[in-house]
Amino acid sequence: MRISTFWYTLRQGAKNIWKNKMFSLASIATMSACIFLFGIFYSVVVNFQSVVREVESGVAVTVFFVDGATQEQIDAIGEQIGKRVEVSEKVYVSAEEAWENFKKIYFKGAEDMAQGFAEDNPLANSAHYEVYMNDISMQESLVTFVQSLDGVKEVKSSDMAAHTLTDFNRLIGYVSAGIILILLCVAVFLISNTVTIGIAVRREEIAIMKLIGATDYFVRAPFIVEGILIGLIGSALPLLVLYQMYRRIIVYVGEKFLWLSGMLEFLPVNKVFSTLVPVGLILGVGIGFLGSRLTIRKHLKV
Amino acid sequence: MIKLENVSKAYSAGIPALNDVSLYIEPGEFVFVVGDSGSGKSTLIKLLLKELEPTKGSISINNQKLGNIRHRDIPRFRRNIGVVFQDFRLLKDRNVYENVAFAQRAVGTPVKIMRRKVPAVLSMVGLAAKYKSYPKEISGGEQQRVAIARALVNEPRILLADEPTGNLDAHNAWEIMKLLEEINQRGTTVLVVTHNLDIVKAMRKRVITMKKGVVISDERIGDFYED
Repeated sequence: MRISTFWYTLRQGAKNIWKNKMFSLASIATMSACIFLFGIFYSVVVNFQSVVREVESGVAVTVFFVDGATQEQIDAIGEQIGKRVEVSEKVYVSAEEAWENFKKIYFKGAEDMAQGFAEDNPLANSAHYEVYMNDISMQESLVTFVQSLDGVKEVKSSDMAAHTLTDFNRLIGYVSAGIILILLCVAVFLISNTVTIGIAVRREEIAIMKLIGATDYFVRAPFIVEGILIGLIGSALPLLVLYQMYRRIIVYVGEKFLWLSGMLEFLPVNKVFSTLVPVGLILGVGIGFLGSRLTIRKHLKV
Repeated sequence: MIKLENVSKAYSAGIPALNDVSLYIEPGEFVFVVGDSGSGKSTLIKLLLKELEPTKGSISINNQKLGNIRHRDIPRFRRNIGVVFQDFRLLKDRNVYENVAFAQRAVGTPVKIMRRKVPAVLSMVGLAAKYKSYPKEISGGEQQRVAIARALVNEPRILLADEPTGNLDAHNAWEIMKLLEEINQRGTTVLVVTHNLDIVKAMRKRVITMKKGVVISDERIGDFYED
């Protein structure tokens, strides 16, 4: 494509937007609303997932050994567990450490009561591994594996916690996909409408172009440009607004709701927007391209 | 140059718009096609532009069989044919210069060449001074001159004119005809579809008469006038 043709196409695309001001504005506004909602939804979801991940990281599987298990046996079990991909960390807790931890919790303020057990550790057979996972949904397979290992007496896990978190994560995934799909369809439909009107307005021009030997590409390109420009403007504007909003909300909540700080830690603005900006722009441009492409296929027989 | 062999075109069941038409138009000829409404004149133009496909028969232009041209090659084929319509079909939101330049842009002509050729063709049709005017600011005759300039700027070997004087008064109609003759004298094959018999008789060119989709006469220079 010649540079002059490229600029001409770009100008024509921009002119189309200007010529159908009202429809273009409606499309940009709807696209902005869609991307804005998407942005809010995304920000909430990633923050929520971060909280869930935090909770997940605290859920552990506890592995106990058969009575009289040797240190070699325990080390071998630890090595096998450490090789699993779903395991993020394993912590060995000896019987002495288990008793110390127990004392800290249950004999708090009455430490002398535990003195009676000084020479006889009641948790003598309680040495264990605490195994943390990077994906809680794989807890079941990990438990099955560990149970099959030689020297393992018992594996304790919280199935309910794992299931609840897994189900919740899945629900968030489905809801996100559903909402994004609906927004996509609405935006494609609106852009398609705008381009259809553009085609109707320029029907005569298109007919002339065809008769003087313009290629299909030359005829179609301005409409594609129109869709892409609408998508670009319609996604850049809400992203800017969202960026400012998110920044201010973090500061506001941090200042006004100090009691939340232990439970809710907002992800930093750059972390959220380093993904949201490219995804939002690609989504906007993609919807614009798709909307105009589909319409051209349907209404512009060249 | 233009060759039709037993060409028929039917839109639906009933009388065909063209029925077994055979024609041969030599390079550099000036030909009128006359006939009443429904005689098949416009269908003929559409077939020559490959806007329509014949139901039967074959058409060749510049030794190229139209039936063999693939869809994606149609634009390239049409660049060898200039076309002018009764209603001018100018872009109202662009000035005279832009209307002519549009034809060059559409075929990807470099800007440098465009800047040289558009003024030249506007001079040829006598509109060099009005290159900044918009269609609504010039007369019907001038609008048709712009349309002719647009059809010629890509230097086609054939010019098709569908009722080019239909919307013009007698004086302007004559001016346009003189311009078309001049273009023909420069070597372009010109085919004019019209029902203005006064002009046809006065021009003394080859005349093909059609009726209900059939060629009923094909008279060489002067014969039509004698009849």
